[in-house]
Amino acid sequence: MSMKTKRLLVTAAMLAAASALAACAPDAGGGANTAGGSAAPADNAGGNNASNCTNTISKKDLPVVTFWGWYPNMQLVVDNFNKQNNEVQVCWTNVGQGGDEYDKFQTAISAGTGAPDVIMIEADRIPTFQIQKALVDIKQYGYDAVKDNYGPGAWKDVSIGGAVYGVPVDGGPMAMIYRKDVFDKYKITPPKTWAEYEQAAQKVKDAGGPLFGDLGANVPAVLMALQIQKGANPFTYDPAKPETIGVKLNDQASKDVLDYWGGLAKKGLVGTQDQFTPEYIAGVVNGKYATYISAAWAPGYLTGAGVGKGEDTGKWAVAPLPQWDPANPVQVNWGGSAFSVTNQAKNPELAAKVAYGLYADDESLTDGWTNQIIFPLNLKALNDPKFVDLKVAFFDGQQANKEVYVPAANAYKGMTYAPFGQYYFDAMTKQVSALIEGSVTGAQAADRVQEDVVGYAKEQGFTVQ
Amino acid sequence: MTLLIEESAASTQKKKAHKVRGKVRLREHLMGWLFVGPFGLVFLAFLIAPLAYALYLSLWQKKLIGGTSFVFLGNYVKAFSDPTFLSGAWFVIRFSLVAIPLQIVLALAMALILDAVTSLFTRFSRLMIFLPYAIPTVIGAVMWGFLYSKSFGPLTDVFGLFGATAPDFFSSNLIFYGLINVVTWQWAGYYMIILYAALQGIDPTLYEAARMDGAGKWQVALRIKIPLIAPALLLILVFSLIGTLQFFNEPQILRYLAAGTISPGFTPNMYAYQQAFGLANFNYGSAISFALGGIVFVCVYAFLFFTRKRRSFF
Repeated sequence: MSMKTKRLLVTAAMLAAASALAACAPDAGGGANTAGGSAAPADNAGGNNASNCTNTISKKDLPVVTFWGWYPNMQLVVDNFNKQNNEVQVCWTNVGQGGDEYDKFQTAISAGTGAPDVIMIEADRIPTFQIQKALVDIKQYGYDAVKDNYGPGAWKDVSIGGAVYGVPVDGGPMAMIYRKDVFDKYKITPPKTWAEYEQAAQKVKDAGGPLFGDLGANVPAVLMALQIQKGANPFTYDPAKPETIGVKLNDQASKDVLDYWGGLAKKGLVGTQDQFTPEYIAGVVNGKYATYISAAWAPGYLTGAGVGKGEDTGKWAVAPLPQWDPANPVQVNWGGSAFSVTNQAKNPELAAKVAYGLYADDESLTDGWTNQIIFPLNLKALNDPKFVDLKVAFFDGQQANKEVYVPAANAYKGMTYAPFGQYYFDAMTKQVSALIEGSVTGAQAADRVQEDVVGYAKEQGFTVQ
Repeated sequence: MTLLIEESAASTQKKKAHKVRGKVRLREHLMGWLFVGPFGLVFLAFLIAPLAYALYLSLWQKKLIGGTSFVFLGNYVKAFSDPTFLSGAWFVIRFSLVAIPLQIVLALAMALILDAVTSLFTRFSRLMIFLPYAIPTVIGAVMWGFLYSKSFGPLTDVFGLFGATAPDFFSSNLIFYGLINVVTWQWAGYYMIILYAALQGIDPTLYEAARMDGAGKWQVALRIKIPLIAPALLLILVFSLIGTLQFFNEPQILRYLAAGTISPGFTPNMYAYQQAFGLANFNYGSAISFALGGIVFVCVYAFLFFTRKRRSFF
């Protein structure tokens, strides 16, 4: 509790002070470690300080760009980049994944110092930082040379209006991962529509089978994607008029989707466990769920968490995401990240070179998809026959990319995210939690999210349409 | 004339003496400051300066659109009409009303037992009861998270023996008691040590006198021991009151296991953290922190006011 917290804080503050003092000492590595190659003394604020990289920089005479990222094979990617580049070197630090990193970046933005030159962020966070003018439009720094390497949906996710605030790294085209053995046992085929999904779930339940899926309160991004699939258009936002924003979180499509999932939970067809928790993973490992509505990075995540190994080898398969209207299928996205240049970059042009080039060489891309860590958005990989035809081990040799993920990624049109994504997700989590408990209906939950988010937007100075 | 000269001579002498004495006093002053200095510097740098800065921040408002403006007490007005802040504050107050008496009664009972019984196991028991406090809060919370888990924890098995379903301490109905348990486990041993130390400080002749007067063990405990350690009891009451109102670590850690149940505004401290670091609203975050500080101050002051007769340590 507090006393210990205080003690920790004091200790941390003292350590920070001590390391700041230590950093004042002349750098043993010489001037080469200074970012941007300028002669200024090393900035000891942290993010922009190139003297404590996780990787080793061998070409010490080159200017250095600092970089935060959590991608699992980052060491390899950074080394590949540094080896091949004779203009700039990357100094990489992993300051935590997702929220942990954003909190640190937010602090650095507020402090005006301490941010890295280049940062890995999820596409849905770009407007949050852009509106604080913390990111640089990199269109002028070499966009034309690489624009054909990514599809339009990938670019839309990292763009606001005509400006580009990140280089796409990986995406999360959504699909339905399922247990082949469960489907075989209860004699069901992968549902093509959400109506069929519910029927199949009912059939499995009636036969005494496991839960069919899961509605987690802590994954609001999934529900947002599923609402968009039905035709919702949550945010309209034009950076030319940043003070005006359209918020539509309680249209009929959103209400229908929330009612649908709330209904599945109420009927006991799906579980209501928070996802990414040990509890949920244990359930997935033990075959508690017949399906997992998730993104293309999920196999990598699940493998890393110990799913599909040992006895469960070869029990998983993947099918396209069920649709509302099979005549007009809509593909949606969950997650995915980009490399952005921060406004604290000492040399934005050099930083943009890093952002564009960091995850673009064949070796890094191949490593990414062969080890199934991420789903690449670079067309060099997406169009590579070896990638498309890959027999994915997690799916028992199923050609998952060709059958499911690549078509889903190609059909994805991109979307507009809100400049207050964190608030929206928190509001959504709160209401989905109430939905799971049964204290609100899906439609009521949507109305409350709308009211909550509109209130926040107004308070933050927006004119809400 | 002579008088004047004499007078002035006397006064110069006086002045000289004064100067010498002044020099000594100055040197003493300097020495004093020198000793206090290191603490003073740290105190100023790490307590007063951040507090002052946070107070300054709390008087401003920064919007995503429209920039920063001075709002004076506007953030405080907002905080005390913000349902999230108020429900968080109400939660920690309810939590204090249950958790604090529970911890104190447990700690007191254990201290009295350990003080009365002398056997081989007393030292060992004392250490074991204290042990949870030695485990970092964060690790303790993670550990309890697993113990509560339906897949990993022992609850499912234990309840399964009787054919019952284990309670889900992560559900919104039971999270209150789940957290009470974690906090009691962590802190009761620490309070026990404080009370035990106070009990050890009591002059044993008092017990002898009481026994001669015909007092039994219960009477010794109730009429001698507890009244004499009242200052220590009061001390731990204030500690736990301040600590519980600032509740942060345990729910913040368990949030990763029960994100749906524990919202970012679960306790005021978590809400302040969320506002500052999650939503970039350092101004409102500071205001919430100060508002919480105000609530803590009022509660502690009220508590000390009502127990002022026994106030012997402040």
